[in-house]
Amino acid sequence: MTMDNALERRPNPDDLNDRGLSETQDERVSYLRAGHTLRSWLLTTDHKRIAILYLISVTLFFFIGGAAAALVRADLLTPQADLLTNEGYNRAFTLHGVIMVWFFLIPSIPNTFGNFLIPLMIGARDLAFPRLNLLSWYIYMLGGLFTVFVLIAGGVDTGWTFYTPLSSMFSNGHVVMVAVAVFVVGFSSILTGLNFIVTVHKLRAPGMSWGRLRLFVWAHYATSLILVLATPVLSVTLALVAAERLFGLGIFDPKLGGDPLLFQHLFWFYSHPAVYIMVLPALGVVSELVAASARKPVFGYRFIAGSSIAIAIIGFLVWGHHMFVAGQSMYASAVFSFLSLAVAVPSGIKVYNWTATLYKGHIELDPPFFFAASFIGLFVVGGLTGLVLAMLAVDVHLHDTYFVVAHFHYIMVGGTVSAYFGALHFWWPKMSGRIYPRIWGRLAAIFIFLGFNLTFFPQFILGYLGMPRRYHVYDPSFQVLHVLSSAGASILGVAYLMPFTYLFWSMRYGAPAGPNPWDVRGLEWTVPSPPPKHNFEEIPVVTGPPYDYPLEREGDQGEAGDAAEGNAAEGNAGSRA
Amino acid sequence: MSERIELHEPFSDAAQQHEAGMLGMYVFLGTEMMLFGGVFAVIFVTRALHPAEFVAASQKLHVFIGALNTGVLLTSSFAVALAVAFARAARARLAAGLLVAAAGLGLVFLGLKAFEYTLEIHEGLLPLFSRPANFSGPVEHLFMNLYLVATSLHAIHMTIGVVLLTGLAWRIARGGVPLPGRVALVENSGLYWHFVDVIWVFLYPALYLAR
Ligand code: HEM
Ligand SMILES: [Cu+2]
Repeated sequence: MTMDNALERRPNPDDLNDRGLSETQDERVSYLRAGHTLRSWLLTTDHKRIAILYLISVTLFFFIGGAAAALVRADLLTPQADLLTNEGYNRAFTLHGVIMVWFFLIPSIPNTFGNFLIPLMIGARDLAFPRLNLLSWYIYMLGGLFTVFVLIAGGVDTGWTFYTPLSSMFSNGHVVMVAVAVFVVGFSSILTGLNFIVTVHKLRAPGMSWGRLRLFVWAHYATSLILVLATPVLSVTLALVAAERLFGLGIFDPKLGGDPLLFQHLFWFYSHPAVYIMVLPALGVVSELVAASARKPVFGYRFIAGSSIAIAIIGFLVWGHHMFVAGQSMYASAVFSFLSLAVAVPSGIKVYNWTATLYKGHIELDPPFFFAASFIGLFVVGGLTGLVLAMLAVDVHLHDTYFVVAHFHYIMVGGTVSAYFGALHFWWPKMSGRIYPRIWGRLAAIFIFLGFNLTFFPQFILGYLGMPRRYHVYDPSFQVLHVLSSAGASILGVAYLMPFTYLFWSMRYGAPAGPNPWDVRGLEWTVPSPPPKHNFEEIPVVTGPPYDYPLEREGDQGEAGDAAEGNAAEGNAGSRA
Repeated sequence: MSERIELHEPFSDAAQQHEAGMLGMYVFLGTEMMLFGGVFAVIFVTRALHPAEFVAASQKLHVFIGALNTGVLLTSSFAVALAVAFARAARARLAAGLLVAAAGLGLVFLGLKAFEYTLEIHEGLLPLFSRPANFSGPVEHLFMNLYLVATSLHAIHMTIGVVLLTGLAWRIARGGVPLPGRVALVENSGLYWHFVDVIWVFLYPALYLAR
């Protein structure tokens, strides 16, 4: 494995005893069979296995964070403080936010699907630094351990935003411990981002030019840029808060000449780009799902790819829209407001192009399409309400109300979580090698969509009527809407559990998927499902654009289906069919 | 290149592996830059908020030691640059020697820094350590806090660099690093060292020369 010529060795396809490049015969068959011991998983450097490790741990944190949300929603059923104390309520929503943001949303799509798919999509055998990849998982788990410790030790009450001077001077919880947890998990993000950037630059297969990269890869490239450039700013900010708490540093303390608003600037300089860390990979997933659903070349490939980069850049310049009423200069606010409107343009470009791609496509109502469609709808609502919030005058009314809560949940839950489940349903046959019952996938998508809207739409109205966020004792006139929201949350909770039943079922009883169960294009669909340990027995040579579905002109009929069959190996002359 | 270079799994040729290693280092240094960027932002904001007090506080620093340290670091970077050149030319012993020299200069830097800290402790100027501390006002206290945060963060990076260079020199001297085959290792360690140096080149004026 260490010499040049070994890397070129390719097995005789008819001789099952010929291992080729793999160390054992089983490795040649599937990465899942390359070792069954716990050790073979915990010490693996195979990007696909690390992706599975992440899939399991990220999903676990999703349910821990979900449990905290369930507590919050249960407490909000009544206007009094009956289930949780004030302190307890603050701790519940803080842990919900911290776990969901740093332990679910940020790593969710990149570290599972990005890890699994980027090498496959660009024709590489692994990420550039496989051991660093494993290290990033261990760092993630270490950060997770700290968080779980805080959870058991009693929690924090600052909110996920850690605003000073509450976090630095007044809060009684384990602020330093949580800061350490987030600090640690940040390094996992940085390592992953670094690995992706180097991989995309240096490990593309011959012929895989930048213009032939899949949109999923473009989105992850843009995300990685944010990961490596924004995360360290959060790290240093949290370190300063911890030092302020432990040693009375004074940087954020006006009594000592510091400036509490400075914290908000530093925090949002990371955290607004971070919201794009959460949503850009989802946008990449949806680009794939849309193209696969329509079985048509993507409309405006260059614009979708470029808009990911544009979002990454402009996203760094809008952080001030979180501080319109925090005493920031009016002129700064006006500029931030304008830039926040500008950042919506690339997002809009994507939505228009997806719609144009679907237009006259050969859409089959497969589960991934349902998730993609609900993503688009919810993302549009989330994005448009973002524009509403970016208007200075309107934000004075809506800031720190449930309207903001609804806005970001439409994007982060309606958007990113839908895309996460969409990706899971689309690539599950590739990852596990099995087909799941499609009808259940459709039902899950529909229930998630309905439950989601019932949960979060009432919150727009609540916010508009003036219900402040982070309160659990509220005016009784808001109760109806809160009860609706909690009812929706219980539907949503059940709907999120559904996929785990039939996906597990499929692992044992599902039919073998075959290399290309959806009949779509892309390098990952040219290798067996599940892929062999080394992905490609021979590095493919790419000769055509991505998404090269047959083009139809007005009046053409029937050709498309047959052509797709013969072409399944997307411009991939070298590999065996 | 005569000797065979060890290729790691995803790479199919040596040039690709080399470039990937370099790019990885550059990206990592970009990350580090943003980390220090946060610190610099805080320094500049504090200066903008309290220009007069900030300047007054800066005047109490030992600018001479800072200047000396800047010279020491720049010299060490020169040694590292030479080491890289010799490593490319497969002059292993010379390269190892120069790396040791650079690491030694790094130790001189850290020693001078420690001496400076002790002076400040006696003057009652170093937060956390001076007892009793005597600051003329809150801004001076804040300035010295920032000074301690920034310089100790930098010193941590220096320490890592010294360990890195010494370890590398030792491995080269023992013949564990075939040259010029694995020159990437020397180049990457060198990049890191230059980076830490450059950070100081900006910290020095931001703190000492702000008078
Ligand atoms: C179309 C572009 C977007 C615009 C113009 C926008 C605008 C805004 C504005 C103005 C606020 C502040 C409201 C206030 O606190 O008064 C806000 C809050 C927020 N947005 Fe967005 N947003 C956009 C996209 C996103 C995306 C893509 C995400 C996440 C994936 C997101 C997540 C958030 C979060 C988490 C908050 C609240 C943070 C907090 O205070 O806890 N936004 N948005
Ligand atoms: Cu924002």
